[in-house]
Amino acid sequence: MAVNNIWVFAQGANGAATTFTLELLTKARSLASNVSAFVAGDGTSLAGELGKYGATKVYSTGDLGGRLVGVAASAAMKALIDGGDKPDLILFPQNYDGRDTLARLSVKLNSTVLTNNIDISVNGDEVVATTPIFGGNVLFATAFTGAGPHLASFRPKSFAAEPSNGAAAQVVAVAVPDTGVTGAAKVTAVHVEESTGPKLDEANIVVSGGRGLGESKNYGLVEELAKLLHGAPGASRAIVDAGWVPYSYQVGQTGKVVKPSVYIAAGISGATQHMVGMKGSKNIIAINKDKEAPIFAVADLGIVGDVHKVLPKLIEALKARG
Amino acid sequence: MKGMKIVVCVKQIPDPATPGSLDTSTHALKRDGKLILDDSDAYGVEMALQLAASAGGGEVSIVSMAPNGEMSGMRTALAMGAVRGVLVSDPALAGSDALTTAKVLAGAVQKIGMPDLVIAATESTDGYTGTVPEQLAEVLGLPSVTFAKKVKIEGAAVKIERQTESGYDEVECPLPVLVSVTAGVVEPRYPSFKGIMDAKKKEIVTVTAADLGVSPVGWSGAGQKVSSVTQAEARKAGQVIEDDGEAHAKIVAFLENLKVI
Repeated sequence: MAVNNIWVFAQGANGAATTFTLELLTKARSLASNVSAFVAGDGTSLAGELGKYGATKVYSTGDLGGRLVGVAASAAMKALIDGGDKPDLILFPQNYDGRDTLARLSVKLNSTVLTNNIDISVNGDEVVATTPIFGGNVLFATAFTGAGPHLASFRPKSFAAEPSNGAAAQVVAVAVPDTGVTGAAKVTAVHVEESTGPKLDEANIVVSGGRGLGESKNYGLVEELAKLLHGAPGASRAIVDAGWVPYSYQVGQTGKVVKPSVYIAAGISGATQHMVGMKGSKNIIAINKDKEAPIFAVADLGIVGDVHKVLPKLIEALKARG
Repeated sequence: MKGMKIVVCVKQIPDPATPGSLDTSTHALKRDGKLILDDSDAYGVEMALQLAASAGGGEVSIVSMAPNGEMSGMRTALAMGAVRGVLVSDPALAGSDALTTAKVLAGAVQKIGMPDLVIAATESTDGYTGTVPEQLAEVLGLPSVTFAKKVKIEGAAVKIERQTESGYDEVECPLPVLVSVTAGVVEPRYPSFKGIMDAKKKEIVTVTAADLGVSPVGWSGAGQKVSSVTQAEARKAGQVIEDDGEAHAKIVAFLENLKVI
């Protein structure tokens, strides 16, 4: 089965398509001539931008009225496929709604899923997705064996987003079928956690703290340093689990993937879970008191020392520069 | 809601503190040593025990799947306070994909009897496909709320704070429902000595995939095959220095050199 027709699970935020969506569209159009976007929400306002990155069609469910995306989007996709509009491959973002939709659809189609990928290739009839394992030291490539549509999800920043300057995508309204009791969950309120400064996954400099900070109040050093460098503060899973900072700060396999110019890891030992999220940084500085810490194996500049001594001096030195 | 029935899905994994390795012939993750309860699942077990207690009494059961009859991780969950377990163990299950796993777990849940609440972690620590909870909900025909960071039962419904890209949503859903909980959602208890002793007497029913009527399973049911396993390009380590009290100056110089300050 050659791959001619690809769908991308597309998402918008603040009226624009997410960068993640544009990355997946760019990859999709390098694999097939026919690329469509599926938007669980209002796709009309995104049609111009989605077209610019290679989608010729955008399926739009319109407002979901508080229903959770996974159930609604998978049911709408299944209805399209049953109606004969069948893609060979669907690319999903590895995030909350992408994962939910992918999982529900896999049961409806009785198709396997390949998740956490950083690459995908098509070789005649064979579709192979690649995921990094063991902290990214090993690349594990898996081929789909069943019939399509093949379902795969990807980590953010796996591909560079590049416009093809195509015309606005044609909007196709799709209905969400009745999902019965599976659709019983409803969103009753939405909370946006305000943050100042650059976003963690877009910042040019990221300063992350870990367990080596000792206690939660010392995270203030990380925030102060990040602010001085016009960067974003991040965190290891250990201190997120410990409740020092919200989950939105987490860098790693289960958190955000960051690729800044400079990544500063303060008091982070470098668990596999964390390394997966930051190894793609251009330059890495690590400060840790254990000289055997795995983080030093990936650091361009490693300081074996006490973060409680090094960070305050670094902050003073930067302040002195004005 | 008195007498609430809760089932928690737990996975038994190799100790994450020891480096993982792949079987040289099948390329599957080696899981032949002693297995422990996945830390991610300890949160689910704890959440279930707290919800049952706050509901004025209830019953927490656990389900797990393992190819080799391993139970030690399940015993940990029983020692924490779960009352019984169903283990689906079958050599044929080796190599099963996430979808097959979800079908098998659905069979195990139904064997216990459809509960009011199914709890799972958002993903396992060793395989982290991250789709099993939502797939399980679909197989069971249940609604689901994934990535819950707060869970409350009110009457015959759950009220949940669900993580989003930009913050969190408040979500309500009538029971029965499947909920996947994030790490850190509650503080898992350590099993007491009495709990550990009691756990040895608690029942773990072992069944095969065939007993549950799930087929095909394992490699043949997986819909995927290993294509290649290669070493990634290693990132080179740079300079590592001991702090002599002046290391901060090295960092400043490094940043200056990159022209970011």
